[in-house]
Amino acid sequence: MQWPPPWRRSPLLSASPPPGPVKGFLRPVRMSEAARLYHYVTPAESAMEGRWQTRPSLRPASPTNAPAHRQPPLANVCQQNYGAPQDPVEPAGLRSASHVTGSSLGKAEVACGSRRRWAELVPESSWSPAVGASKMKVKMLSRNPDNYVRETKLDLQRVPRNYDPTLHPFEVPREYVRALNATKLERVFAKPFLASLDGHRDGVNCLAKHPKNLATVLSGACDGEVRIWNLTQRNCIRTIQAHEGFVRGVCTRFCGTSFFTVGDDKTVKQWKMDGPGYGEEEEPLHTILGKTVYTGIDHHWKEAVFATCGQQVDIWDEQRTNPICSMTWGFDSISSVKFNPVETFLLGSCASDRNIVLYDMRQATPLKKVILDMRTNTICWNPMEAFIFTAANEDYNLYTFDMRALDTPVMVHMDHVSAVLDVDYSPTGKEFVSASFDKSIRIFPVDKSRSRYVPTSKPKTTHYSLRYQNVYFQLTSREKAAKDYNQKLKEKFQHYPHIKRIARHRHLPKSIYSQIQEQRIMKEARRRKEVNRIKHSKPGSVPIVSEKKKHIVAVVK
Amino acid sequence: METAPKPGRDVPPKKDKLQTKRKKPRRYWEEETVPTRDGASPGPPCNKKNRELRPQRRKNAHILKKSRISKKPQVPKKPREWKNPESQRSLSGAQDPFPGPAPVPVEVVQKFCRIDKSRKLPRSKAKTRSRLEVAEAEEEETSIKAARSELLLAEEPGFLEGEDGEDTAKICQADIVEAVDITSAAKHFDLNLRQFGPYRLNYSRTGRHLAFGGRRGHVAALDWVTKKLMCEINVMEAVRDIRFLHSEALLAVAQNRWLHIYDNQGIELHCIRRCDRVTRLEFLPFHFLLATASETGFLTYLDVSVGKIVAALNARAGRLDVMSQNPYNAVIHLGHSNGTVSLWSPAMKEPLAKILCHRGGVRAVAVDSTGTYMATSGLDHQLKIFDLRGTYQPLSTRTLPHGAGHLAFSQRGLLVAGMGDVVNIWAGQGKASPPSLEQPYLTHRLSGPVHGLQFCPFEDVLGVGHSGGITSMLVPGAGEPNFDGLESNPYRSRKQRQEWEVKALLEKVPAELICLDPRALAKVDVISLEQGKKERIERLGYDPEAKAPFQPKPKQKGRSSTASLVKRKRKVMDEEHRDKVRQSLQQQQQQQQHKEVKAKSTGARPSALDRFVR
Repeated sequence: MQWPPPWRRSPLLSASPPPGPVKGFLRPVRMSEAARLYHYVTPAESAMEGRWQTRPSLRPASPTNAPAHRQPPLANVCQQNYGAPQDPVEPAGLRSASHVTGSSLGKAEVACGSRRRWAELVPESSWSPAVGASKMKVKMLSRNPDNYVRETKLDLQRVPRNYDPTLHPFEVPREYVRALNATKLERVFAKPFLASLDGHRDGVNCLAKHPKNLATVLSGACDGEVRIWNLTQRNCIRTIQAHEGFVRGVCTRFCGTSFFTVGDDKTVKQWKMDGPGYGEEEEPLHTILGKTVYTGIDHHWKEAVFATCGQQVDIWDEQRTNPICSMTWGFDSISSVKFNPVETFLLGSCASDRNIVLYDMRQATPLKKVILDMRTNTICWNPMEAFIFTAANEDYNLYTFDMRALDTPVMVHMDHVSAVLDVDYSPTGKEFVSASFDKSIRIFPVDKSRSRYVPTSKPKTTHYSLRYQNVYFQLTSREKAAKDYNQKLKEKFQHYPHIKRIARHRHLPKSIYSQIQEQRIMKEARRRKEVNRIKHSKPGSVPIVSEKKKHIVAVVK
Repeated sequence: METAPKPGRDVPPKKDKLQTKRKKPRRYWEEETVPTRDGASPGPPCNKKNRELRPQRRKNAHILKKSRISKKPQVPKKPREWKNPESQRSLSGAQDPFPGPAPVPVEVVQKFCRIDKSRKLPRSKAKTRSRLEVAEAEEEETSIKAARSELLLAEEPGFLEGEDGEDTAKICQADIVEAVDITSAAKHFDLNLRQFGPYRLNYSRTGRHLAFGGRRGHVAALDWVTKKLMCEINVMEAVRDIRFLHSEALLAVAQNRWLHIYDNQGIELHCIRRCDRVTRLEFLPFHFLLATASETGFLTYLDVSVGKIVAALNARAGRLDVMSQNPYNAVIHLGHSNGTVSLWSPAMKEPLAKILCHRGGVRAVAVDSTGTYMATSGLDHQLKIFDLRGTYQPLSTRTLPHGAGHLAFSQRGLLVAGMGDVVNIWAGQGKASPPSLEQPYLTHRLSGPVHGLQFCPFEDVLGVGHSGGITSMLVPGAGEPNFDGLESNPYRSRKQRQEWEVKALLEKVPAELICLDPRALAKVDVISLEQGKKERIERLGYDPEAKAPFQPKPKQKGRSSTASLVKRKRKVMDEEHRDKVRQSLQQQQQQQQHKEVKAKSTGARPSALDRFVR
């Protein structure tokens, strides 16, 4: 028995294998030997043969086919079908020639006069010079694979582009799907929480950045302990028992070699950034004993001067134990003081009598102050724009002020649902991060009133202090191109409902979510009431106050 | 330094012309300055040389190839401005021979333009408007850049032309094979497979692979360029149709009962029993949908990426055996025995459109790659080309002696019809024009009746399956010469294919987005918004967004008597009424003013016809 049986045997494989690399089957009937051996013909070879370039083909005219009585085109079958007239001057001799060629094979089809039945029936030798000698121009697409395939494995792949729209159908739907994917991936990879630095035995009260080193962060705790952390290794480098009671403020010197702390024990201490040598005791460089409790400290950005706040704002020279000057305006405790990083003689402070006071260090008196509805917890200066600072307020909002026009804030940032405790600018000055008593952190663009981003993690504790640390990554050009492309796509399709829903979605803790809803209702009610009041009172008697001006009580100079 | 042009040159007339054009009226006080300037700077001779060269170069660039299809729209370049040559001269005295930005042919820019300039921008706020204008300018800039990049395309399309206007239809395959280079000649071959006859065939999207299936069960797939066989099997069942899926690794075969999917080794991967008695297959590559038309009259869409049936539509027109897809918008065209062609999308249970094409049944349908033209042939022996851009009217008609049983379009718009054992090809004037049906471009007779036709993508090759086997014909000018490497690359490596596959799967277009206009997603759908509103009002019986009539609130302490309620209600109603009256009065006044201004501006004397003006 033979397997496979005859009816299952392939007609292709049953043919005898032709020589050369063409394996197994499929011997094309009309195919020259060269083409059979080389699937492609290289230009060099073709140059030798002289057949690579397109050229008008002049068939070698046989002596019988002199140009004078060239063979007229034979009327093909289809034209006969259409009733096209036969060429009347067709010489019979040529027809018979083709007849002879055919008859030598003894095939009926050829005998009918059609030259077109040459395909598998006519042997190669029988047709080339004998058939007619029409002069025609023909060019076929013939690509040289060398232009499309890389030469070695070390090369990049060649990718020829053609931006013809017909080769790229469904442009809009495909871009839409790409935008959808990009939006989804953005949400998938948004994992904002990097690490927690564990070690403090009590709540962390204040934080400070190192001015020269991105990886170093200082934190002061409620039990008087200061720790220095390495962010890349995520461990604690050094622990100092700095104060008795709370550490109220930490700041680093502009050169990064030492840092200052203030505490509940009415002292200001200066510490070396590097740890003590072997066998030495951990001791502050200087200690200043004050009369009252200090609640905050900040260092000048260029000089050996620092400022503390408490009952009043004191400005100290590092070398002296008494303040250079102390400034007050009103009688209340000042919660924070900040030096302007650009105009380095300027200071801002905020006090619990709802005001923000600005000072110039060169004068002994404060410059001006603005009184808001509720008290401000912290302020932060924009590191890029000298006049701009942002205040974190108890009325759930943040206010960005221009120092020159304090009566109207540049922008009111509303998204928190509880008192805002701390704020810090990014080094680029384009956005800032804020922490609130509602146990959430939000990132706001400077020019937007709504937050861009809420890093969501399980809120367990309130963030009392935070600092914005930017870390830069070097992207390769391809990564950057892909990122830019995706960004553009997201922008383009941002208003499509499906994409909008995914892009806007944030998983908020239920408490925050319900509070947001509640406050929306309250706000709407307030707005409605105001509108009604305006509507039902004498026109002009109730002034329309914009949201920006609403919370400013007074500006005093 | 030479100064005067030699008389023997072939270009002086041009130059003289240029000089005369620039010649200023002669001023006696300027006689001195002209020669000194010439002497001082070495620039002018150089300039002259440049100017002489330029017309020559242009002449060369304008040699047109006389051919039937390869006519590219050659636009005369914009005349460069020579207004102020002195100011353009640099320190060295040399002059920029090509000042200004490089010219771009208008037609090419038009090809890449995606915004309809004829439509005015919608009336909108200034900010939106400016944004729209910026977007439009950007769009124009990109289309110009894309048009410039055409210069980098490596290949030219093929062409065929007879000696001084000789009919190309009389040129037979043997002549072409004789005339072309070896590589192209090798693309012509015949597979003599009389045993398992008539064959259907399909090229993969890159044009590199060929699959064919004979009615008596013979299925094979091969890399037809290198002639390497991938698999060959006999499925022991009638094969109705065969189709590659998204890559050459998967093969869908419509067998007598069910639909089967094989891989490139010939191993059966799936037998899909929900698609039974399938007669025709179409694969929509961007949606990963396999559309099957069956004898039972159902059009079924199978999502091959997840293996789910997306939609099964009952065409209610009996047995379906004529199907083709519109590559521009992925709409499926079905031909029916009552002479209609219906257009289907998986998103709709009903056809998107029905076109009455023929008096008898429809035998074959094909749609070209731009989605503009549809060719149909029917039992009434007619071949018609329809415009699909909204009118659905026949552009040209031709009666064929036997009628065409199979039709196919090539990438560059050639139309092929299989009539009995004869294949006719018609060509048009380039890619975006319909093929003219007067004179065939090429004809060929095969050794058996035609059963399947397809142009090979990116090659000048037509594959014909017939009862005697497979024939690969040479059709110069059929294929798109320049492929896009990221879209479908015939020379891609295994890694590239894998990467492409992942990308393609990631951006699989959802089946619901298939509609007649593929750019509909980028448009604002005002109509359906309004219609939705209307429908909602009808459904609810009232307009939920309309302003509710005033209802006075009940008040305490006896102030809520009926009389006072009515009084309050009346008060509000009166107020609203007064508002309306005030508004209409204002409008009237404005109209009056407008009219007066108009009357004043038109002329001082009133015409007798003014009394009819309202």
